[in-house]
Amino acid sequence: MNKYIVSLSPHEKGTFTTSKIMYGVCIALAPALISALYNFGIRALAVIVVALVSCIGTEFLIQKFLLKCEVTAFDGSAAVTGLLLAFNLPSSIPLWQVVVGSLVAIGVAKMVFGGLGKNPFNPALVGRGFMLMSFPVTMTSWPDPVANGFMTWDAVTAATPLNLIKSGAVDKLPELWQLFFGNVGGSLGETSAIAIILGGIYLIYKKIITWHIPFFFLATIFVFTGILWLVNPDAYVNPLYHILSGGVMLGGFFMLTDMVTSPMCVKGQILFAVGAGIICTCIRIWGAYPEGCMFSILIMNAFVPLIDKYIRPKRFGSEVNYVG
Amino acid sequence: MNLKTFKIGGIHPPENKISAGNPIVAVELPKRVTIPLSQHIGAPAVPVVKKGDRVKVGTLIGRGEAFISANIHSSVSGTVFSVDTITDLAGFQSNVVTIDVEGDEWEESIINRSEVIREITATPEEIVAAIKEAGIVGMGGACFPTHVKYMIPNGKKADTLIINGVECEPYLTADHRLMLEHAEEILVGVDIMRRALKSERAVIGIEANKPDAIEKMTKVASTFSGIVVQPLQMKYPQGAEKQLIKAIANREVPSGKLPLDVGCVVDNVGTALAIYEAVQKHKPLFERVVTVTGKRLEKPSNFLVRTGVSVEYLIEKCGGIPEGTGKIISGGPMMGKAVVRTDIPVVKGTSGVLLLDESESRRKPQSNCIRCGKCVSVCPMGLEPYLIEKLSEKSRWAELEEINAADCIECGSCSYTCPSALPLLDMIRLAKANVMRIRRERAKK
Repeated sequence: MNKYIVSLSPHEKGTFTTSKIMYGVCIALAPALISALYNFGIRALAVIVVALVSCIGTEFLIQKFLLKCEVTAFDGSAAVTGLLLAFNLPSSIPLWQVVVGSLVAIGVAKMVFGGLGKNPFNPALVGRGFMLMSFPVTMTSWPDPVANGFMTWDAVTAATPLNLIKSGAVDKLPELWQLFFGNVGGSLGETSAIAIILGGIYLIYKKIITWHIPFFFLATIFVFTGILWLVNPDAYVNPLYHILSGGVMLGGFFMLTDMVTSPMCVKGQILFAVGAGIICTCIRIWGAYPEGCMFSILIMNAFVPLIDKYIRPKRFGSEVNYVG
Repeated sequence: MNLKTFKIGGIHPPENKISAGNPIVAVELPKRVTIPLSQHIGAPAVPVVKKGDRVKVGTLIGRGEAFISANIHSSVSGTVFSVDTITDLAGFQSNVVTIDVEGDEWEESIINRSEVIREITATPEEIVAAIKEAGIVGMGGACFPTHVKYMIPNGKKADTLIINGVECEPYLTADHRLMLEHAEEILVGVDIMRRALKSERAVIGIEANKPDAIEKMTKVASTFSGIVVQPLQMKYPQGAEKQLIKAIANREVPSGKLPLDVGCVVDNVGTALAIYEAVQKHKPLFERVVTVTGKRLEKPSNFLVRTGVSVEYLIEKCGGIPEGTGKIISGGPMMGKAVVRTDIPVVKGTSGVLLLDESESRRKPQSNCIRCGKCVSVCPMGLEPYLIEKLSEKSRWAELEEINAADCIECGSCSYTCPSALPLLDMIRLAKANVMRIRRERAKK
């Protein structure tokens, strides 16, 4: 008699895999990649390549030689962290500092906790946070995309839109359409809103993320800054400037939506996104830093276990709508 | 078409309804049949025949004596070869009656003619008695004794009878063919059931991937009063009892309760046909339609099979087991059971036999949970499979009871979807078994 495989049901498997998710995110980041190269030139390419190699390399080396466990460095998750870390940096960052940031992002924020799926904080943002604390000068010098050419290595810097908002120099702010297309200063991935939005639509279409987190994050910022602007239009800028400047687009679509560090059910995700929006706005308006996105996401990451514990999905049978 | 469906969760596996166009064919009788005395939930039937007895088609061979049990009838005419035990499809011991087939002589009481008898003269009590006598059990796969379901306790009422013509499992097409070829008989059966339950209305749910069945059943249902057809959106598990009640009657069965607690009774179209035959033709349940299918199978078919015929025999009639078959399943790919051997009998609940290729038979390698939340979003019961899995690994049974792990209907949507190929349903089954154990121990005290 022949031998057959006997296992428990279900006997069919869907085609959605972890690698497909990770590489799907990489594809969604392609428009932002093109925008980064277009605006910041060859220096941007160097930062991106170094970040990718360092992140994947760190994970590979740790798994192969330190932990001597299964090597999963090429499943796409380290690549996503590398891209997102690079997109959070100015193109003029010294390349050795990118390596340090990658070591922290993968080694400390991810591998120390147990690898894929076990980290409580977004690894790219932990890497960026470490770099901001360690290299404050290079992390706050922003090349001016207008003044520099594609092949420029040592760029001329200028104030970013968020710097201008913080210092009150609103008359020097670029036009909204410039913020939308990305011909402004800032980190590699954050400047072009349209590139991020295209990537975000791709992610939603492929069912890698849902619309709730980006929508509620951006809507909260818009409403909060909008109320402030309506109350005092001289002291505060138009909420559209807040939505289109800085890292909130990249943060809303790619960082806050990171599956590992966001809540498990939709209600929890909405609360998570709204909380991040409030904190981000507070830091931008009243905090010392011009940008609040990174901190707001890291702070809300800390709340995720609490959110998952108290906000549960809607259970079948929980609403009583029939009385016999 | 106004398509209804359930709201929470659900997935869309590929349909693979390969055999949908193949009409039902009665399979030639083998030389010997092996009829299990337990083809239902509850106590096995007690044998009332012994070696050497002569039986006809429809002769009682096992009596259901416990409250939850069912009668078993011979599906062939011939001589009883033995009454002993075999190893069943899951590897457990099971009492069976083996009969050597001689001819095809039916009991005289059975009206063995094909014309449809529409006029219903039986009273509700007579209907339930006939269902009990005929040994009818739920033919959707659960095999719960139907007469027990129809004994409505005082204080409860079934105002809506729901008939399950959904067949949401991929590959299976038995119910589809039944609705196309025996629509009138099924509808008389539904009418009988409605009278027995004294329900105001009967609704037949059919998924939108069977437009021909929807059309046929709607046309025939219009000649009856109180019976309508409700087309349903395609989603797995649309045919699950609780999800079907939600889609058709918009009522949610609370945790731990039964459909009757929201005024509904749900039965499969195959059960409706069996009830028609039992009440109008005095024919007990001893045969059913079985889909034998698979992508590599030479002749995928819908067979009318007598109980006790071996699965091996059916596969031979379809061209034999194809080269490269890795797994043979009794039922559908989402909830069916992989068999350890093929020389096992078809029983009242065997809806299909599926032969899967080697490449589709193995589990994918597991990786870490990436907390994507897909398992939560697809669970039709609104549970948290990732959490149940984690707690199960740590044996934290009390907490598992609190998060309603016992509500799981084992549809498999979570395991199907998980990008990391985690064995979610396996761990949920472990959790359910332990939660029920704790409840039993608590009830004893």
